[in-house]
Amino acid sequence: MDFLQQFCQQTLNGLSLGSIYALLALGYTMVYGIIKLINFAHGDILMVGAFVSYFVLKQWGITPVTLMLSFLPAMLFCLTLGVTMEKLCYKPLRNQPRINSLITAIGVSFLLENGARVLPMIGPNPRVFPTLPVVNYNWFGLVSISQVQILVFVVAIFLMLVLNYIVSFTKIGKAMRAVSFDKGASALMGINVDRVISFTFVLGSSLAAAAGILFASAYPQIEPYMGIMPGMKAFIAAVLGGIGSIPGAVLGGLILGVAETLTKGFLSSQLSDAIAFGLLILILVVKPSGLLGKPMGEKV
Amino acid sequence: MKKKWLIVGALVVVVAVIIIILTGRGKSDTLKIGVIMSTSGPVSHFGSQCRDAMLMAVDEFNARGGVLGKQVELIVEDDEKNPEKTMNALIKLVTKDKVKVVLGGLTSDCTLAITKEAQQRGILLFTPTSTNDMVTDAGDLVFRACFKDSFQGTVMAQFAIETLNAKKGAVLYDMNNDYSTGLTKSFEETFTALGGTVVATESYAGGDKDFNAQITKIKAEEPDVLFLPDYYNTVSLITKQVRNQGLDVTMLGPDGWDELVGQAGEEAVGGYYCNHYSPDADDFDVEQFVAQYRERYGLTPNALAALGYDATYIVLEAIERAGTDDPQKLKAALMETSAKYVTGHITFDENRDPVKSTTILKVVKGADGKLTTEYVGVVNPD
Repeated sequence: MDFLQQFCQQTLNGLSLGSIYALLALGYTMVYGIIKLINFAHGDILMVGAFVSYFVLKQWGITPVTLMLSFLPAMLFCLTLGVTMEKLCYKPLRNQPRINSLITAIGVSFLLENGARVLPMIGPNPRVFPTLPVVNYNWFGLVSISQVQILVFVVAIFLMLVLNYIVSFTKIGKAMRAVSFDKGASALMGINVDRVISFTFVLGSSLAAAAGILFASAYPQIEPYMGIMPGMKAFIAAVLGGIGSIPGAVLGGLILGVAETLTKGFLSSQLSDAIAFGLLILILVVKPSGLLGKPMGEKV
Repeated sequence: MKKKWLIVGALVVVVAVIIIILTGRGKSDTLKIGVIMSTSGPVSHFGSQCRDAMLMAVDEFNARGGVLGKQVELIVEDDEKNPEKTMNALIKLVTKDKVKVVLGGLTSDCTLAITKEAQQRGILLFTPTSTNDMVTDAGDLVFRACFKDSFQGTVMAQFAIETLNAKKGAVLYDMNNDYSTGLTKSFEETFTALGGTVVATESYAGGDKDFNAQITKIKAEEPDVLFLPDYYNTVSLITKQVRNQGLDVTMLGPDGWDELVGQAGEEAVGGYYCNHYSPDADDFDVEQFVAQYRERYGLTPNALAALGYDATYIVLEAIERAGTDDPQKLKAALMETSAKYVTGHITFDENRDPVKSTTILKVVKGADGKLTTEYVGVVNPD
């Protein structure tokens, strides 16, 4: 395998990992854009989504059809969870100092993780997520792509297109953009801000659930703490792309995934995180508001 | 007057407390043994089975009237495979429960976290399952029931070269785990010494789930064998990604692969690993142990269960020989151990490591479509 071939293969691996980060980063960035809250519990929604799909697949058995169908209950469950979380935990604190909501978000995250640990049907021990038999395709002798990677790409791109449609071309999407631009003024214009915020959590949580199933299909082992690392990486991806910016989150996720994989592949697997995050610091030093973020007066 | 009563009252309380403490200490009618096991967390299948086998062994002793006329009581602490929690568990067992003998921990990184502390506190630490070479270096009160990593790394490298005729080997290991790094070192040394070439040594950090980058690099070197020195939970993720990347290679592993057959899919088929025992072995002790364990817990015991059972027997028999659980006297009695147990005939060398054989197993697909293991052979120490 020559250098070019290996480079293409590693980039492909990175893009596959990056699309999962991107899906998750979208939730962070949308919630931040609307209510300026960093929802630390977002990574744990990924875990809940993976577990819902796990139970569904245990029930139905694993075929390509059931795997696709399992997205539905997982996304529905998680969007309900996301909205409940918002109504119970974040809404009462909306007019309090922002640090209160932030601490609450961390609390919710711990609640979900340790709640899952205590629940008898989930428990603290890792489980094997059902996967389809391995199929490998070779493209022009250049890269080999597995059907899991194809699944990740197809689902991620499809969901991003749907999200783009909702945000750009529907009434509620317009309302979201308005609220994110100026909450006070949009309330005065007759936009139901509460509904828009709930809808944002609906979108973010269902994307996180989908990311959870993709993550579990690619790395078939699920446990209550599985959301922490992807959650952290997705948060960083959102900041890198410019938090609050939707295309930024996608770009940030993909860059982070590719950077991580390429450093592992060509520099050093020991230093991969250090190098990848060093790169991020560098980008943020040059462009503090992120790649596609608008410069703003306030700090995160 | 009032002051005088106050003083009398205080004295009465103090005396009462002292009496309670003294009686509590003096009249312990059970022989307490501490156990530190990872019964939850990433290697829970190992920890819970090991603990269950220990409880089974203790019940067998108690049914015969206990040890030194006392019933044996195991006080089990869970460390979740977290070395800090292993340390907390040790301190709790020593200070609160006042045990003098501790069985544990399970994984090498957890055990290495407590060997020095146990030695300094004068506690006899007997680990059933920690294979890292350095475990027994801490002092003369640390023993183990399993073979060492340098032995199993050497055995697998020999097997790769001599039986599988491998020329090019690759290793993918966890750089943050003492078990994994120790095995990598011994595998590479032997593989090179026997005329093979290690074409790729790639690493990851514990808890990583994405190995695609490392596997792509390994694939470029086209190795004949890939050594994966880690526990079953991580190995099941790696084998999946190895096949997803279209890398066709024979995978080899250490005793941490035990339980892999229940965790991995078809991608693990064809892999070889060495283990402490095989439940199918034609041996009276093994048959009896497997039958009893199956009857009691409803599943086939893994090697960790066998080691936990053996460790309990070795320690309790030594306590009977020494006539006490005092660590200094128990130490001498343990060194005289020479008997046949479930995992083979065990004697201790001068480093308190057992001299024993290893079994090589192959992962195969059974008639019912589920993964199972096939006995390949036994390797004896030189």
